Amino acid sequence: MSAIDVQNLSFSYKGNPVFKDISFKVEKGDFVGVIGPNGSGKSTLVKLLLKILTPENGQIKILGEDVNKFTGWSQVGYVSQKANSFNDDFPATVKEIVGINLQANTGIFKRKPADYDERVYAALKSVGMQDYQNKLIGKLSGGQQQRVFIARVLIGEPKIMFLDEPTVGIDSKSDEALHCLLSRLNEQLGITIIMVTHDIAAITVHANKLLCFGGDDLFVHDVGGAVTDEFLSKIYGYNVKHDCSSCEYMIQLKADE
Amino acid sequence: MLEIFQYDFMINAFIVGILIAIITPCIGVVVVLRRLSTIGDALAHVSLAGVAAGLVFGINPILSAVLFAIIAALSIENIRKAIPRYGEISTAVMTSVGIGLAAILSGFVKSANFNSFLFGSLVAISPFELYLVVALCIVVLTVFILLFRVLFYITFDEESAKLAGIPVGIITGAFTILTAVTIAISSRVVGALVVSSMMVLPVATSMQVSKSYKQTVIYSILFSVLFVVTGLLLSYYLDLKPGGTIVIVGVVILIITLLTKNIKKTV
Repeated sequence: MSAIDVQNLSFSYKGNPVFKDISFKVEKGDFVGVIGPNGSGKSTLVKLLLKILTPENGQIKILGEDVNKFTGWSQVGYVSQKANSFNDDFPATVKEIVGINLQANTGIFKRKPADYDERVYAALKSVGMQDYQNKLIGKLSGGQQQRVFIARVLIGEPKIMFLDEPTVGIDSKSDEALHCLLSRLNEQLGITIIMVTHDIAAITVHANKLLCFGGDDLFVHDVGGAVTDEFLSKIYGYNVKHDCSSCEYMIQLKADE
Repeated sequence: MLEIFQYDFMINAFIVGILIAIITPCIGVVVVLRRLSTIGDALAHVSLAGVAAGLVFGINPILSAVLFAIIAALSIENIRKAIPRYGEISTAVMTSVGIGLAAILSGFVKSANFNSFLFGSLVAISPFELYLVVALCIVVLTVFILLFRVLFYITFDEESAKLAGIPVGIITGAFTILTAVTIAISSRVVGALVVSSMMVLPVATSMQVSKSYKQTVIYSILFSVLFVVTGLLLSYYLDLKPGGTIVIVGVVILIITLLTKNIKKTV
């Protein structure tokens, strides 16, 4: 049974086709990068998989169940772009933010579980943020905030984790640290990861599969082989030169003159 | 005993004022953090139109105010969903509707009673209004305590709350109706032009000093009670209008808190 099985999926926005008839599978334990130019449908695909949007045609299966009948949403986690999810002045501590995700498993009218403190601590420890429990979320750096949001997802013990451009607005050091953290969660906990990103250099190192949107097509690329500049240029529509050889992953995007 | 408490009307004013001071920030903290601070203003103005409609057509004005406020609150929620990036337009539109309707309908009101709905009549509470506020307080506090963590989740991140299986639509709908009922009833007691300030000022003050969401809620209630008690005492001894005095006390304490915070930052 695949973690995600998409067959002949089509979606249009206000009459304009975003993608048509795409099919792919994500196996359990995969680390999948979703890449492509802005507006190509990367985030839309994630929203369709999470049932936030409804497709025109096609079938989506999550953990073997049709997405419309799927009831195990507590096994699915989602980390959005930090900038869209909250304002920095929100008066809540790291502990409160991580703890709210226990709500889904305990029921809305029930008291918080007896092991609440221990579970929050364990989730924060797994992302290296256990010493920041009582800090206000807005006082943390962008990279630290994203770690907290990942901990919020981890506390629900997910089997699949979706991330929509989680590294937007954070520095390159935190960016690489976040990719390494996701790799560790993928390898050690076996969490299937689907991550929308523009950071091609980093994702080609950490992911084992790429879903590449280019034009109206979706290309599924096993990262086992090298991702060539020629292939990336075809996807993005302009000359792309990427360099994964150094520790500071660099990508140079040069518009076709 | 203080001279002020020799009068039954002042004791009633304190009881009702403190009860409203407890419930308005409970609603206010969710409203402010969802960036809908002006919803109080909008619903208060529509409530006023409801009062005018009640007085014109011979219906209980509190009942008509509640009905008008519920319709307006649900409309705000729908407009906000239609244009999520400019959600504040929804409250601006509804404020205009409220002002327009209230202005037209008040022209047909013969009773002088209408003015008391503008600034309230905290020192002229009827037994019916006292019971109504006590019942409202019980309902609001019960709902707020039961839904405390869920409302926190929705307020912080509505999309993730949906994915976590929380029935966001039902809960925000119920909360919107509760907001409307609270504003409509509170408007009768403290005044339509005062109630929105009571929802926002204590929360704004609390956010300057609190270190968590839970603290923000608790401090908001404490600040709100402080504003009302101080406002009522000052209004009695200085012979001022109670509603307006409560609001000005709130503004002054907010300014002092902001200044203190800024001074601490620079030191």
